[in-house]
Amino acid sequence: MSHDDIFTKVQGVLVDALGVDDDEVTPTARLTTDLHAESIDFLDIVFRIEKAFGFKIGQGELFPDNINDPKYVNDGVVNAAGLALLREKMPHVDFSAFAADPKLEKVSEVFTVTSLVNFVQNKLAASATA
Amino acid sequence: MRWLWIDAILLHEPHTRLVAIKNVSLAEDHLHQHFEAGSDGPAQPMMPASLMLEGMAQTAGILVGSVRQFKEKVVLAKVTEALFESDVFPGQSIRYDATIERMDDMGASTKGVISRFDHRGGGWIDIGRTEIIFSHVDQNRAGLDLPEHNFVFGENFRAILGGLLPKRA
Repeated sequence: MSHDDIFTKVQGVLVDALGVDDDEVTPTARLTTDLHAESIDFLDIVFRIEKAFGFKIGQGELFPDNINDPKYVNDGVVNAAGLALLREKMPHVDFSAFAADPKLEKVSEVFTVTSLVNFVQNKLAASATA
Repeated sequence: MRWLWIDAILLHEPHTRLVAIKNVSLAEDHLHQHFEAGSDGPAQPMMPASLMLEGMAQTAGILVGSVRQFKEKVVLAKVTEALFESDVFPGQSIRYDATIERMDDMGASTKGVISRFDHRGGGWIDIGRTEIIFSHVDQNRAGLDLPEHNFVFGENFRAILGGLLPKRA
């Protein structure tokens, strides 16, 4: 499946899940701040992506599990170990901007439409080589 | 009045499907405000669609809760679709037919079909459909201060759940 085909399907998922218009779902749009996704919408998005692309998504695979652990977070700020964990677990996400001001409360802002497309692309590639 | 919007469970296919029924009675107070007589005409009591949605949420919620023997607190997280095409009047019955589409530790996605039965004839007619997502609140607590006991499947539901509930200690 081409990148454009994946984008179009992801766009459809977000239009249905979040009640937004097609043209709002741009590659750089952030799920929370631009498309107004709330925490429970993330569960809806996971379910819809599974259905749209026919694969299963494990818990914490697309969006992070609760990382509010003293090993990874100090005074509400994600530390170096936490950032390393996030980068390892979620290669589909660009954490560079978040790393400059890694407040835990802002971690959901890292998810863009492109990160979802990257995730799907990685999953499809992995299943093709399996 | 108790916040129960189903009267009985008709069918339970574990992990998959639950069907419940509600009989709509003119004795229900809320029907007399929905809609009461006014300048635009006489009273026209009918079942509010919002309460049919609640009935389906209770049906689907019981189904989701039953998968893990009601150990998890199952709360309605999101109504992704709710379509109602016809009204339901006193003397008619409502059937809620809920199925699980997908479930994991975080929650479950369900589909529902709402039907109406007119006892004067006509049989069951589908009048609505829903898609509802439930969250397992213990897995998604997100800092909420919630009681430890299972406030979702409490005493209110015991009479309806019958054999679905674990035996009392």
